[in-house]
Amino acid sequence: MDSEPVKPVRVLSPSGMLGAGWDHATIERGIALGADVISIDAGSTDSGPYYLGSATPKTTAKAVARDLRSLLTAASSAGIPVIVGSCGTSGTDSGVDWVAGIAAEVMAQEGLDLKVARIYSEQNATGLKEHLDAGRIHPLPPLGQLRAETLESCTHIVGAMGHEPIVQALRAGAQVVLAGRATDTAVAAAYPLMKGMPAGPTWHAAKIVECGGQCTSNPRAGGVLATIDADGFTIEPLDPTVSCTPISVAAHMLYETANPFEMREPDGTLDVRDARYTAVDDRIVRVEGSRFHVADQYTIKLEGARITGYETMSFTAIRDPLILADIDAWADLMRTMIKRRVGQTLELSDGEYAFDLRLYGHNAVLDDLEPETGPPREVGVMLLVNAPDQATATAIAKVANPLMLHLPTPSMDYLPSLAFASSPAEVERGAAYEFVLNHVVDCADPTSLFRIEMGENADV
Amino acid sequence: MSETTLADLAHEVRSKNAGPFWVTMELFMRDADGYRIAADESFLNERVIAELYRVEESTVQMFRIPSLNVVKISFPRPISQGSLRDRDMHAGQHHVPLARMPIKRPAERDR
Repeated sequence: MDSEPVKPVRVLSPSGMLGAGWDHATIERGIALGADVISIDAGSTDSGPYYLGSATPKTTAKAVARDLRSLLTAASSAGIPVIVGSCGTSGTDSGVDWVAGIAAEVMAQEGLDLKVARIYSEQNATGLKEHLDAGRIHPLPPLGQLRAETLESCTHIVGAMGHEPIVQALRAGAQVVLAGRATDTAVAAAYPLMKGMPAGPTWHAAKIVECGGQCTSNPRAGGVLATIDADGFTIEPLDPTVSCTPISVAAHMLYETANPFEMREPDGTLDVRDARYTAVDDRIVRVEGSRFHVADQYTIKLEGARITGYETMSFTAIRDPLILADIDAWADLMRTMIKRRVGQTLELSDGEYAFDLRLYGHNAVLDDLEPETGPPREVGVMLLVNAPDQATATAIAKVANPLMLHLPTPSMDYLPSLAFASSPAEVERGAAYEFVLNHVVDCADPTSLFRIEMGENADV
Repeated sequence: MSETTLADLAHEVRSKNAGPFWVTMELFMRDADGYRIAADESFLNERVIAELYRVEESTVQMFRIPSLNVVKISFPRPISQGSLRDRDMHAGQHHVPLARMPIKRPAERDR
């Protein structure tokens, strides 16, 4: 039974991202080392709000198919489950169906007959408004109290599940679990927790393996195997030429976390303040002393994105040192001229659209935080326009086109011709999005916001 | 010769989003000497970071981890991720002002 405590559980983490690719030999090596489960994350908010807002995957189908083929064939031969979290990058329902469709195709091609569970995590504003009205939704810093209009404005909202819905799917016999939005760690923690492993070492191990080989001496050489037992866990790279060191493992706790000592999960907080990292040998690390404090209130974190407008981009470049010597004045003049010309020709006031003028090669990345002052050798000028509709955004960019081609500095008495990168110079970017939710919902039942469907048939 | 910076004493200085609303940075110092300089509260503190990145001092969180020779700094993203004025989607290049900070140390020690 699941409650037998002593047998260690081995979690194979192939990579930080389904679709990133790996050497299949690393998977075979993990199986040979006794992997009990393969878990992999397929999503993140890290690439921006577009993927959630538009419910579009960041990865390409062939890369996902290639990786699923590697995992499903190996797991099927070994008789172990595969857990995929945050399907389709943002974990929307369509993202789950997209991965399910690819998995079904791979299984048909490979002659595999695996029981698939899909777990949906998308939320609707109406349902969440009931939670809001009942005082069950709370902000996480730096955001403030949630308003109902914000929920209504989102194109997609997901809840990040903990391990419980995944465990429920595994208990129902799923051999492949395709989860919508899940915490990065829940994906790897679910199976060991189901097998009775202690929460402290399990969640800590899950955090360490969530980016695959990121915690090793060579993050590009494949994933890792975590072996969790009653007292702690060990971590070992899948590539025999790669090593984990106490530093490389401990350092991963810092990665993409605001607080390096504590990490909140739906049912409590991982606390690694007293964790001890020791070298078992020159490539395997043992970790003990990780704790998990169960929270008084179970919470599910929400993510939501909405449309901010539609964008059109234009890109030109400057090489003439006479202009570059006065580039800030040139840019100021450009901003003034765009506003004037847009007002004259499109009769739009400043508040009806927005644009960002970026001087790549000068200070585009850091803007007013840029510490260097020397004149650049060449500058790429990106004009990014945001307007309530695409046609207006493009019209503004087109009004700016002659300026992007010929604008002189204030002190020049002739018109230079600048270096457009492409024709047409304008690129329509479609809808632009922003994240607007950073809130948690109090939940009595860890699975109540999620829906589990068994069977591989996806509506795609 | 130019001044010695934090980057000169570090194995790696990096920055990254910690979710869409936070940015976090780490100074991985090469050794305990470098760590002592980076972890010196009279040199690197919440107020210095607030000025360097033009954020509210009260929102800056600093963590000093001697076992790793690491100083970690987190604060809310001043520009929300993916918005029109966000020029660094993953906040992966925002370590630079921190990395190039000239260090404060006694004049007799060079290199």
